[in-house]
Amino acid sequence: MKAPVNKVIPFSSVDGPGNRTAVFLQGCNFDCKYCHNPETRNMCCGCGECVKHCPTGALSADGGSIRYNPAVCCMCDTCIKTCPYGSSPRIRNMDAEEVFREVSRQIPYIRGITVSGGECMLRPGFLRELFEKCRNTGLQTLADSNGSVLFSGYPELLRVTDGVMLDIKAFQPEDHCNVTGTDNEAVLDNAVFLAERGKLAEIRTVVVPELFDAAGTVRAAARLLSPYLRRAPIRYRIITYRPFGVREEYRHYRIPDSRRMEALAGIAEEEGFRDIVIV
Amino acid sequence: MERVEQVRKEILETIESPVMTHEQKVTAMARSADSLLEVLTLPEGLDELLNQPIESKKCICDLYEGHAPMRPRYIIPDYSMFLRNGSSFLRLDPPTDLAGALNSLLILYKHVPSITNFPVYLGALDELLEPFVQMTEETYARKLIRMFLIHTDRTITDSFSHANIGPEATTAGRLILEEEAGLQDAVPNITMKYDENITPDSFALAGIEAALSCARPSFANHRMFREELGDDYVIASCYNGLVLGGGSYTLCRLILGNIAKRAGSIDDFMKHQLPYVCEIMAAYMDERIRFEVEESGFFENHFLAKEGLIRRDHFTAMFGLVGMAECVNTLLAKEGVSGCRYGSSDRADQLGVDIMEQISRFNRHHTNRYCEVTDGHFLLHAQVGISTDIGVTPGTRIPVGEEPKEWIDHLRHCAKYHKYFVSGTGDIFPVDATVRRNKEYLLDIIKGAFREQLRYLSFYESDSDVVRVTGYLAKRSEIEKLENGENVLHDTTALGMGAKQHGKALERRVRE
Repeated sequence: MKAPVNKVIPFSSVDGPGNRTAVFLQGCNFDCKYCHNPETRNMCCGCGECVKHCPTGALSADGGSIRYNPAVCCMCDTCIKTCPYGSSPRIRNMDAEEVFREVSRQIPYIRGITVSGGECMLRPGFLRELFEKCRNTGLQTLADSNGSVLFSGYPELLRVTDGVMLDIKAFQPEDHCNVTGTDNEAVLDNAVFLAERGKLAEIRTVVVPELFDAAGTVRAAARLLSPYLRRAPIRYRIITYRPFGVREEYRHYRIPDSRRMEALAGIAEEEGFRDIVIV
Repeated sequence: MERVEQVRKEILETIESPVMTHEQKVTAMARSADSLLEVLTLPEGLDELLNQPIESKKCICDLYEGHAPMRPRYIIPDYSMFLRNGSSFLRLDPPTDLAGALNSLLILYKHVPSITNFPVYLGALDELLEPFVQMTEETYARKLIRMFLIHTDRTITDSFSHANIGPEATTAGRLILEEEAGLQDAVPNITMKYDENITPDSFALAGIEAALSCARPSFANHRMFREELGDDYVIASCYNGLVLGGGSYTLCRLILGNIAKRAGSIDDFMKHQLPYVCEIMAAYMDERIRFEVEESGFFENHFLAKEGLIRRDHFTAMFGLVGMAECVNTLLAKEGVSGCRYGSSDRADQLGVDIMEQISRFNRHHTNRYCEVTDGHFLLHAQVGISTDIGVTPGTRIPVGEEPKEWIDHLRHCAKYHKYFVSGTGDIFPVDATVRRNKEYLLDIIKGAFREQLRYLSFYESDSDVVRVTGYLAKRSEIEKLENGENVLHDTTALGMGAKQHGKALERRVRE
């Protein structure tokens, strides 16, 4: 089973505990205004606009699709900047075995892998196969998900998943809709479902003061999940919005100051969370 | 007479130097005086390889050890014996409490001669101090240790002085790490001996926390050193693996890049030039060792030897090398191979490994009767360079600016070379401040690296004031002072300035 891979980062210090290889899949079903990697949202439609602008000739039109030659690519990101569809031509369609081979180059330096996106749960079959291979060599497996697909529908995947890092982008459905374009019923169902099973490694909220009620979100999310902290610890990562990589039309949001971030951490603590990280 | 005139000129320049401290001047003048002696029987052909400019023809470097070696280059006293027995020469009884132990150590440090005139090894401080720390109230122990660390920084004004901690977790070790992290000093250098089966993660993480704050400790592969040198190995000076109660008589180094320039082809290099230079350097080292052991009188007369704190038969010698990168790139160019650079091409790296095999084979066949502790052989050493090196990359490192994009590829390169250097090698990685939030990230890398037979790793936070220059530590703020013509306390600051200017030592690729 193949999946579109946007990139593989061999050593990552920011995608879960310890050193992990991070795999980013292409394609997301949310459209978050503050998305830091907007080029990972949509699939390439082969329009060929990027081919015209590529300064090194790394891209060529091949029928209805774009051929990418990493050997001559200078990683200038011109293709991403000129893509009219919020996509990238530098995508490799890889099966789980191919991805696993790239991951295993990092053994024994890594403790595990994290599959992120895009949205990794749009490829549950691929994910299960990759995680099985990792588990067989002793690597831990984390999925970084927006929570839109119910994990309860994939028990086999869950069996080989050590934990899920779940975005709770806003607690109120209308806020969530404002941030992402969809409601969050599945997200909250997932949060409880995973927490009950000790599989919720982390929840995270990106704080954009003008966009949604951050204090209400942190309080409600922490209150919802604190009963399960005894089952297994859950980290709350509260992330400061920064404009890097964000689309031009949404780059005007204010960056919350550290006092506000500390106050949010305080709320999570009041609700019983102990492992709180402000980034 | 011409040489005498030259030396007189050097001495006067030293005396009048506006930037050297008094101690630095005395050391430099002693070196000048010694350079007039001719007591060694030098091997034929040495002069043409040794007394040449580093930029072009110098193939052997003796690191200015002088013409009449009066003591071994690196001396590793058995401090635990000293604390157990005291010293009759120094009129010191064995200490009975922490203050006494620290006082005794500080006294002994001032009487340990090494090439720098300072001790290059300060002891396994955690192991030495733990029994005394255990009988002391912690706040007071912490205060004493802090004062001890400040005292060493301000009086051992050379950062080639090295303390060891680990592999076991101790209260003393923890206090040393915590206090050092807060002090932001460059002395002492510290190595944590690390073995994932012995060292608890919490202790290793405390070490990583300190490394991100003050560029030490570095991490040594305990299992590897122990298998090679036995339980009593130590890490001294930059990162030199040596035997407790002994040390190294001498350290000379091959300038591999310049040896490659002599060769017409890879074949010529392997069959003729490299073996020829190795032979002459080994003969030169043999002669220096002979003089130290048989003529200098050091081992008969110095109190460290008389009191058993060092033993002649625990000494060995270090066969060093630098400039593998330049060597490989020069040889490939001579063969007309383009597009293969050392550090980023399998072919280039394999040539480097072939060269290491050749040097290693030479060393296995060369014997010296005074190196009993290492089976009659020298130990290979990847030397970190000196401030006057121009166009010479330390040891087998990848030149700054050519490091692989991915850290994993850099580590894989290190794994090919570290195993050869029992008396030391190491790689240094500045890391981004974000790593502080996930110290397990570095711990995973250390664990993986040591399983892959890497020997020695150093980290520092990329914007930290205390930084690891090539093997030793320096403060950026002090280097800047020196660059502005002010005098500074530590003589290694000058080396740091040279390495910064000639070797881009502070511009390494930052890992995150």
